[in-house]
Amino acid sequence: MEYVSPEGLRLDGRRPMEMRQLRAEIGTVAKANGSAVFEMGNTKVIAAVYGPREVQNRSQQINDQALVRCEYSMANFSTGDRMRKPKGDRRSTEISLVIRQTMEACILTHLMPRSQIDIFVQVLQADGGTRSACINAATLALADAGIPMRDIVTSCSAGYLNSTPLLDLNYIEDSAGGPDVTVGILPKLDKVTLLQMDAKLPVDIFENVMGLAIEGCKAIANYIREVRTVVCFLLSAKSSISFP
Amino acid sequence: MLKSNTFSRKTKAGRIKKEVREIYLRDDIYCGAAACKTCDTSTSRAPLDVASPLLILDTNVLLHQIDLLENSAIDNAVLLSVVLDEVKNKNMAVYNRIRALSTNPLRKFYVFSNQFHKDTFVKRMDGETPNDYNDRAIRVATRWYQTHLGTAATVLLITNDRDNKRTAGEEGISADTIQSYVKSLGQPELLDLLVQPASESEDTVMVEVEDLRPSKRQVVYQEHKPMSEITLGLHRGIYHQGKLRVNRYNPFQAYVGSESIGDEIIIYGRQNMNRAFDGDIVAVELLPQDQWHEEKNLSIADEEDEEEDDVHLAPSSADDAPRTTNLVSDSATDMNSTPSRPSGRVVGIIKRNWHSYCGSLEPMSMPAGTGSFTSALFVSKDHRIPKIRIQTRQLENLLDKRIIVAVDSWDRQSRYPSGHYVRVIGEIGDRDTESEVVLIENDINSRPFSSQVLACLPPLPWSVSSEDVANSIRQDLRSLRVFSVDPPGCKDIDDALHCTALPNGNYEVGVHIADVTNFVHPGTPLDGEASQRGTSVYLVERRIDMLPKPLTEDICSLRADVERLAFSVIWEMTPDAEIISTRFTKSVIKSCAALSYVEAQARMDDSRLMDPLTTDLRNLNALAKIMRQRRIDRGALTLASAEVKFQIDTETHDPLDIGMYQIREANQMVEEFMLAANVSVAKQIRDCFPSCSLLRRHPTPTREMLEPLLCTAAAIGLDLDVSSSKALADSLDHAVRDDPYFNKLIRILATRCMTQAVYFCSGDLSPPEYHHYGLAAPLYTHFTSPIRRYADVIVHRLLAASLGIDKLPPVFQDRSQLTSIADNLNYRHRNAQMASRASVELHTLIYFRKRPTDTEARIVKIRSNGFIVFVPKYGIEGPVYLTGRGEKGSGEWHVDEQQQKIVKMDNSNSNSLSYSVLQSVRIHMEVVEPQPNRPKLQLTLIS
Repeated sequence: MEYVSPEGLRLDGRRPMEMRQLRAEIGTVAKANGSAVFEMGNTKVIAAVYGPREVQNRSQQINDQALVRCEYSMANFSTGDRMRKPKGDRRSTEISLVIRQTMEACILTHLMPRSQIDIFVQVLQADGGTRSACINAATLALADAGIPMRDIVTSCSAGYLNSTPLLDLNYIEDSAGGPDVTVGILPKLDKVTLLQMDAKLPVDIFENVMGLAIEGCKAIANYIREVRTVVCFLLSAKSSISFP
Repeated sequence: MLKSNTFSRKTKAGRIKKEVREIYLRDDIYCGAAACKTCDTSTSRAPLDVASPLLILDTNVLLHQIDLLENSAIDNAVLLSVVLDEVKNKNMAVYNRIRALSTNPLRKFYVFSNQFHKDTFVKRMDGETPNDYNDRAIRVATRWYQTHLGTAATVLLITNDRDNKRTAGEEGISADTIQSYVKSLGQPELLDLLVQPASESEDTVMVEVEDLRPSKRQVVYQEHKPMSEITLGLHRGIYHQGKLRVNRYNPFQAYVGSESIGDEIIIYGRQNMNRAFDGDIVAVELLPQDQWHEEKNLSIADEEDEEEDDVHLAPSSADDAPRTTNLVSDSATDMNSTPSRPSGRVVGIIKRNWHSYCGSLEPMSMPAGTGSFTSALFVSKDHRIPKIRIQTRQLENLLDKRIIVAVDSWDRQSRYPSGHYVRVIGEIGDRDTESEVVLIENDINSRPFSSQVLACLPPLPWSVSSEDVANSIRQDLRSLRVFSVDPPGCKDIDDALHCTALPNGNYEVGVHIADVTNFVHPGTPLDGEASQRGTSVYLVERRIDMLPKPLTEDICSLRADVERLAFSVIWEMTPDAEIISTRFTKSVIKSCAALSYVEAQARMDDSRLMDPLTTDLRNLNALAKIMRQRRIDRGALTLASAEVKFQIDTETHDPLDIGMYQIREANQMVEEFMLAANVSVAKQIRDCFPSCSLLRRHPTPTREMLEPLLCTAAAIGLDLDVSSSKALADSLDHAVRDDPYFNKLIRILATRCMTQAVYFCSGDLSPPEYHHYGLAAPLYTHFTSPIRRYADVIVHRLLAASLGIDKLPPVFQDRSQLTSIADNLNYRHRNAQMASRASVELHTLIYFRKRPTDTEARIVKIRSNGFIVFVPKYGIEGPVYLTGRGEKGSGEWHVDEQQQKIVKMDNSNSNSLSYSVLQSVRIHMEVVEPQPNRPKLQLTLIS
């Protein structure tokens, strides 16, 4: 299968280094403390953040920091197949964990001891790269909720098909069976908080692909900053720039 | 720059599903015209020339007229991506050829991605068929070109679709058919390449034509069922799907291997084959049981107007797939199971295997007028292909030429398929032409290496540099007494040996293989070309190299008295040839002698010679004999093939003499160490890379495949045990009669029953399947001939990676890619063998053309109207007829299956004439030409 034509165009008309169109909206769930919808092309996810609030289950309470919980799910209509998937399947559990860990790394949890932060993300429409989109949505929602963070986290995926590194795979490219590298970074601190890859890649190519994914993350970070309504309290000393 | 636009489309994947895909429309796709001012031509290729008309080609033109497009007279064309996509879906082969055209710097073909251009994107309308949609997209793109280039250029839409042409005209786009465009060029020879519009129509259209004028033409073949009906039938089990294989001895008989039946379905006659070609995927309907034929397949082959058997040279063991081997060439299984053999007829063709064929025109008288179209019948060299009707304007030129013809269509009313002329190869009977035909028929690329490939070579003259010697991965073995033993005149020496006696009484034995991977780096054009070619091809009079000549004959070749880079396998062996340790290293060597087999043998045999080199040879030979014996004890088979050797006149390249290839001890010695090196390397790479090694296996032949051998053996009272390779090897050893040639003959017959050894990727099979039957080795690979086999290049890379010398190239991460490489190697390897055999066949014909000969022959197969003999002296196999041609039925001759005997039923006396298998007969060999331009070697019995 040809994923990049000899003319250098992908199946949807993008060039290998191009990302899909981004769109974001904040405050979409009125009841939540913070919420956002994030779109990468046809992938559309919604995130809602509750907290910091009292810990619901006392036994889980942590005395020196906040408890972060995350629930990832896919809407039954998200793939078009209307498949009813049981809640808490392996994939959802894994992605929930991944998102929780990524977000925990940037939330200043020590400022909110004995409290709980809930992050709910749901995929409304899936077209590849849901993991990244969820992280980006969660970042926006956390910022909207005014939760103190070291930096925003942004995530993007990159793959390697037809001997070409490709940025931001869509569903067709994602299901081609090639390697798929998902990276999450803290753009200001220039630190990687998430790195996942299925399949194998030689080290030198992997570095290329990862570099491309990081470029993608940075582009997303710029976009997120552009979203005017972001209200984010960055309390870390290092990142003194705050969003208007 | 990014502008999103989504469209939805319904696809059928069992059920209807809505798919939404984004399309990003762009403004950075350029028109490709060099003179265009608005487009940025600096970055991309802009081959189009606005001075001459710009052609925009429709899908039907690309699909049908590819041979015409490849002619350099047609140029300056735009290939729209919407058209390319459709071509790709319909015919991958044509797509690849078009892609090759579009990347060829000499041709002016430009691919315009119209679907992604902001001005030429068209949204599918409700209820619009894919065809209408594509046509509309093509027209929109054409109009865009017209307005974009303005008055500077003329844009011409070339379409053979009537509706499209008409609509284009209405929209003010100038459109033309390919026929009238070619006519306007005024080059009559191009018209031959043109596929005629009448023959362009498919089955369904022909039915309409038939309806209009029912009396005009006679229907010869039954209608093909529509695809929907075939799918349904296959689903219900009424029809059976499989690949059609035409018997190479009898073109009127074909087999379809069907999985649903689990057996081969036999198809008799062109009527039942219903226009299917060899290699087509067909749907077959079984005939009622009472119509199942029984006796026909026993005769050698003769029917109607066609030729009978062709001269077939031994060995035929390498015939296509194992399944086919036993069916095509054996009579025994046929006979025993004939009544239960289902016969069928083709009801539809699922996938065509049409390509171009080599052959010549059937001789005919010249029509009165010249320059006009005349029909001619083309006869393919491949007997399995029916005659093809072509139209030509240059009949007088083509009559005595070998030409290539492509098939276009085959409708129900014509006995023969119609096609068109592609190109001339050369004069019939000319040796170069015929050799070219052999190469083309076996899909062998004999073109000179491209400049990109040659650019990958190191600068010449090349010699080992001090860096190479200083390199820590390379061991300096120049002080060793290394030598090579090869056939006389061998220029591509890829292996050399050394043998040093160690103080502890053991020997250090080294096999040094040319370090080709030092020069052929993965991912370079050179590597790509070599992997495509797969192997060097050895014809009788020439060699087609896998690697360019400087590498093959100089830089890599381990010639005498020059320093060369090598990859060495070094063992410490006891005098009993037990391997104590194995070591692999890259090295620098300096061969002290390049011996021929004859020289090496003479040195070993000459007891007066006591020089160190001869001692080494003798030591090696002693070790090799022990290793060989041990291998045979393990169950390795000693097979025989009837390889012949030609002596070629250096001036005319005509064969002067032919004889069997003689195998000496020296050959066996070298072979033994090469086998040992291959086995050692196979172990090493398989241990390091269990899932991505390239190995070679030889599947155990099934009982059915050995059936012809067993049948023959039973007839002559020989007991063969085929339960294992060891048992077979032993019983072959015991098969000795007074007749000195008997054993060899049995071995030749056994060799033919064997399957072909194949390359495979170790991740694709489970370890028990790795077994090499013929060598009785659990693991085997090819390491010792990297100059002439690409498999060895891959193995060199694997070995280097396993030693940590080199990185493993990314190809090995991708198992499917590795599998496809292995498949290609197997294909190329088989073709190379076929080509060598065909070349031998060709030279045999040339040799006997001037020398009719009487000689001794052995009967190897009994048929109802004669037998097939094998001529040991020349390695030729061919049919001898007892009944004359045309005499139907074998009346007076009676075949005794059990005894494998053919007996003359003569009522007058009791001691009737009979011939039995393996019997020796005297025959006369002569080249005859029953049909012009098809010379063949005829064997007749001398009573």
